[in-house]
Amino acid sequence: MITSLQVIFILIAAATLGAALMVVIARNLVHAALWLIAALFGIAVMYVLLDAGFLAVVQVVIYIGAIAILMIFALMLTRRAVREEGPRYHRGWGWAFLLALAFFAGLSSILAFWPGITTNLRDYLPSADPLKDLGTALVSPDAFVLPFELASVLLLAALVGAIYIAWERKEEVQ
Amino acid sequence: MIPLSWFLFFAAALFSIGLFGVLARRNAIAILMGIELMLNAVNVNLIAFWSYRTVHNIAAWVFAIIVFAVAAAEVAVGLALFIAVYRRRHTIAADEIDLLKW
Repeated sequence: MITSLQVIFILIAAATLGAALMVVIARNLVHAALWLIAALFGIAVMYVLLDAGFLAVVQVVIYIGAIAILMIFALMLTRRAVREEGPRYHRGWGWAFLLALAFFAGLSSILAFWPGITTNLRDYLPSADPLKDLGTALVSPDAFVLPFELASVLLLAALVGAIYIAWERKEEVQ
Repeated sequence: MIPLSWFLFFAAALFSIGLFGVLARRNAIAILMGIELMLNAVNVNLIAFWSYRTVHNIAAWVFAIIVFAVAAAEVAVGLALFIAVYRRRHTIAADEIDLLKW
């Protein structure tokens, strides 16, 4: 017996995996970036199906609104290389395909033999709003304030480093 | 109700697709796209386990948010590197950036 939620899951999963496949096989890289946006939307729907609506919003804002757009900008800045780059895969892409396939087979067999795989009924829903727990956990000293501050320092360092690396120095231009 | 295993198999398939993209693509930006797919698969796994097994422990959300931040940092630095490389060598094909190769 298949419920409507399961039908939604199957449709979204098929669409997301198809879009992800198009990301890795598309010849035109701008098309690949657009397929990436589609796949990220599918994953946002997955978060909604898992009762994590806030993460779905964060997914849309950060991944689609920032990261995917940044990638499209970078593609446009390196457009000549994208147009003239020749084949899209290395010579050894068959090995990569075999490795990815073997990895999926290994993961699937591990999952199939894991005893917890059958305990799948979620009989209780989140009691309170998990967003409130998240907010207090991120700033309380006996929870996650240190990883939170580390993440902000990491972001600052990464942005300063990115600006420094991509800076066009005058002596190089001449 | 959707079984937990469906989410796990979905995430495994997504991770494998991303792995193939990272290993096989020549363009460096396409490799970054593969990395994004892999990070998203990990996040789906984290949230699936949170939702089915440890729904009163918010650590999975914190971990997912840290993964978001790390992905943003990685993409910013990676794209800056590719733009700098493109400016000097006029290519971002991963098998032609071989200055460090012995």
